[in-house]
Formats: sequence, C-alpha cells, structure tokens
Amino acid sequence: MSSTQQLNDFVSQVRRDILRQVHAVNSGHPGGSLGCAEFFSVLYQEVMKASANFTMDGKEEDLFFLSNGHISPVFYSVLARSGYFPVEELKTFRKINTRLQGHPTTHEGLPGIRIASGSLGQGMSVALGAALTKKLNGDEHLIYSLHGDGELQEGQNWEAIMYAGSHGVDNLIATVDYNKKQIDGATDDVLPLGNLRKKFEAFDWEVLEVEKGNDIDALRLAFKEAKSKTGKNKPIVILMHTEMGNGVDFMMNTHAWHGKAPNDEQLEIALAQNPETLGDY
Amino acid sequence: MKTYENTGSKDTRSGFGAGLTELGKTNPDVVALCADLTGSLKMDEFKANHPERFFQVGIAEANMIGLAAGMTIGGKIPFTGTFANFSTGRVYDQIRQSVAYSGKNVKICASHAGITLGEDGATHQILEDLGLMKMLPGMTVINTCDFNQTKAATLAIAEHNGPVYLRFGRPKVANFTPENQTFEIGKAVHLQDGTDVSIIATGHLVWEALEAAKSLHEKGISAEVINIHTIKPLDEEAIINSAKKTGCVVTAEEHNYLGGLGESVARTLAQHHPTPQEFVATQDTFGESGTPAELMEKYGLNAKSILQKVEKVMAKK
Repeated sequence: MSSTQQLNDFVSQVRRDILRQVHAVNSGHPGGSLGCAEFFSVLYQEVMKASANFTMDGKEEDLFFLSNGHISPVFYSVLARSGYFPVEELKTFRKINTRLQGHPTTHEGLPGIRIASGSLGQGMSVALGAALTKKLNGDEHLIYSLHGDGELQEGQNWEAIMYAGSHGVDNLIATVDYNKKQIDGATDDVLPLGNLRKKFEAFDWEVLEVEKGNDIDALRLAFKEAKSKTGKNKPIVILMHTEMGNGVDFMMNTHAWHGKAPNDEQLEIALAQNPETLGDY
Repeated sequence: MKTYENTGSKDTRSGFGAGLTELGKTNPDVVALCADLTGSLKMDEFKANHPERFFQVGIAEANMIGLAAGMTIGGKIPFTGTFANFSTGRVYDQIRQSVAYSGKNVKICASHAGITLGEDGATHQILEDLGLMKMLPGMTVINTCDFNQTKAATLAIAEHNGPVYLRFGRPKVANFTPENQTFEIGKAVHLQDGTDVSIIATGHLVWEALEAAKSLHEKGISAEVINIHTIKPLDEEAIINSAKKTGCVVTAEEHNYLGGLGESVARTLAQHHPTPQEFVATQDTFGESGTPAELMEKYGLNAKSILQKVEKVMAKK
C-alpha cells in the first residue's frame, strides 16, 4: 500500500490529466471524471490484484468494468499511470486515429479495456457475466464495476441486479457514483432514484455506503469491508457519495461540468488548484 | 438434375438443439443462456446434461446479451437462445455495443424467425432481423434451411471466433441436406446446376426453390439453385458466377425484401455483374396470425411465388 501522501499526489496528477485531456479537444466529461479520481486511484493503486501483462481473458486476476463510459478521461489517466499504456498517449484523447476514443472501447486494442461502454446501462450485465465465468473457471479473483447513479434509470441494470441477487453472485463488487447529478440537472429533478439502499437490499444485495466518496481513507475502508463481504452468497454494492467536479472549486456543486471542457483561462485556474506531482504528459 | 429426398420433416430449431447437445459433450467452453424459452429453443438436453453451464436468465433479454458478452472474458463461448424478435430488435444496442463493437465471441441463436412462427402473429414474427444483424460490422449472419444444416451450423459457429447470428425457425420442414455434413461459414451450396435462371435461396425457402426447379425442369427450363446459408460474409463469387451463366436471378427468403438476402445479392451484382433480379420476400409489411402454410401462401413465400418471379425475370433477359 502506498502512503496517503503518495496517493494524494497520484490523485492530483490524475485530475490534471483529466482537465488537460478534455481541454485539448474542447470535449469530454470532466465532472464525473473528477468525482471518481479517488475511486480509480485507490482501486488501481491499492485494491485490485491485476496482472502486469494485459490479456483480454484476465484469468487469475481481478477485473474492472466501467459502465458509465463517458468518464473515460479518469479511466485513461489511471490506466496510463498504472502502466497499461504510455502516459504520453493521453495526448491523443478523442483525436483522429486514437486508441483513446471518446468512450472506452476494445475496438482499437487499448490495454486495460475489456468492453466498450458509453451507451448506458450495459456494464452491470457484462460485469456479472465476467463474474459467472470466474466462478466456472474456479478463479477466486473479484470483479469490480462502476456505474453512474443516473445510469440506474436504464432498465437493463435492474435485470442484472435481479439476476445477481437471486443467484447470490458473491464475487462482484459494484460501485455507484452517487453524485446525484446527471446531464439535465439533479437526479431528483430528472427522474428521482428513490432509496437506492432499500432498492438494492430488496434485490438481496449487500449494501455498503461511503459518505465521503472523495476521501482516500474512507474508500480504503469501504473496499476492505466490501472484500470481507465477498464469498457470502450476496453481490455487493458500494453507494459512493461523491462530488461531481471534485478538486476544482468552480466545477463543484453543479452539474454544469458534466460534459463541458474548460477554456484556457478556466484550465489555468483549475490546474493551479491541483499541483503537478508525477509529471504532466 | 439432382434429386433431393425429404428424409422426414423436422424443425430447424431441433437441429440447433441437437447441435448444442453435441457441443455440450465435445466443447467444455460452451455455455448456454436462455430467456425463458428453453423448450421452444430445444435447449432442454443441454440443460439436463450440463446444469452448471446452463443459465436461465428469465424474461430479460438485454441482461442475457450483456451476460454473454461478459462471459466471453475468461474464455467461455456463450450461446444465447430466444425467439428471433427478442434476439435482435429488442436488444439491438446491447448487441451493437457489448457484442459487435466489443468483438465478443457470442453466438446469438434465434428461433421462430420469420412469418412461419405462425399463430402468435406479427408481435413475434420478425422479418427485419437479417437486415439488423448484417449491418453490424464484424457480425456473421447465418440462416439455415433444414434440421441437418442447422445442426452442422451450430457445431461450426462454436469453432468460429467472433460474434455470430444464427437464425432458424419453428415449423417442421423438409430435411434434405446430408446428415453429418461439414458446414462452411461463408460458402454457398450448389444444389442444382442450371443455365436459364439462378434461384438463390436461404432458410425455409431453399426447399421451395428445389420444388420450383423441379417444375421448371418439367417445362424445359434449366434452373440453377444456390443455397446461401451465410448472408454475411456473402459468397459473392458463387453469385457472380451463377449470374454470368444464367443471366437472371431470383432470390428467395422469409424476410422483408428491404435488408435481406435479396438486397445483398443485388448489391453484389450491381457492383460486379449487373443482372436482372426478382425478389421473393415480404414486401415491407408486418405479418399476421395464421398457419405457416397459409402465411407463406398469402405473403408469396413458396414455390409458386418463385415460379412467378422466374417467369417475370426471364422476360427481362
């Protein structure tokens, strides 16, 4: 395990990567990406037992699936800085002929990606399928997945949630990025999610909640607890309360930066709040 | 002229079931998923033999496709089973993103395709599925014509690495292709050699094409009959060569004329050897309730319709 300072430095660099990627092409989704910077950093730097050599089959290692593919900037940054592909390649985000497509894809062969996502609501089923194969293969490693909260409005999630709960698929740790915001505004205004805890519990899931989803120590504890609950005949969900746009003061407490890139001046202000630690690409 | 014998009518879906049963015994990576239609898809035997490799997903087709995509990660070869309508239209985006774009080795196996589903009516009779599936980059699209061919295709697609749509049907139809044949994906099957007209058929219309060719032979017309079981990738060479020989083409399929085999053949010929063509297919319409035979008659999907189209196309030569 890295020290908290090391991980904070990592997060600061990831935030810079997110901001610089979307600024360079004046497109992409910084809000949700920033809100999940700590989640990805803790998961990839400390939690997952992943093989150094990427294979699509991912046997005998933990696997991660991103369902809300629009937060690709944070995924790409953390994958690159975890050694999956050269950090320099972040320069190509969303540009012609890139492996770093607007939404993640296996199609261009980017190491670290095992499914295309972007059209929402499909990742829960895919993660569940991978979890079933782990069981068939007698592979005791875990499946992690991340889902937007607004994304839970897609019905396919609940088909998968019903299946996982009723079959006690207990090698799956799903996390919901519970920032309560989506493109058109607050989830409560667009389509209220109701009581997510009770909903998952009603489908026979083990529900954990992290009130401080942008706090590294809180996330460490949550993952530790989630892992301790695996193998007990229930799938696990972490309701992770996050702040969209976290780490950049003017991007927080609003849904405005869901899918909007900062201009030159805004980038400068945002970067000043997040020091360069590991070296910009 | 070659003669083909119906060795006993059987449903093509039972050919799928027989193939899946065999795969269960020979390929430990094959897993099967079904959305509450195990009996209709003839998956019971696989389920009984390999309960640990059979996944009943309930009436939740979107989840089934996603599960199948995920299950490939770690080396499984998932075969999903439901009706053609629920295998394609209902889950198009799941197939598009999680299977086709992601390049996953999923076999989407679809029964009760087309109008011969019969009495349940248009809600269940998809006549658009070939078009939907062939437009997806990287998707292999197969429509089999009888029990033996469907069984052989089921075995063959397990050996093919990549997404496949396998389409078959509900009614009992003539079983006339060889038992234990080798199914070559993307390879046309020449059933009759002829010089006056090419009849290019897929699925349940193949037997009808052979019946039509017999009638034509009695009238002194020499019809070439080609079975295209793989709509994509299409055996273009076989089609072009036949068109060069006969100078006119009739395509026959249990599908809308928009998006089906006929359009694929027309595109091939337009590019390489423009040739008069007529289409035996449904005319941009939904189906309705009725017996399979009544519906095939009403919607012009039988030997009689093929003969009419042959007459029409030969007049254009």
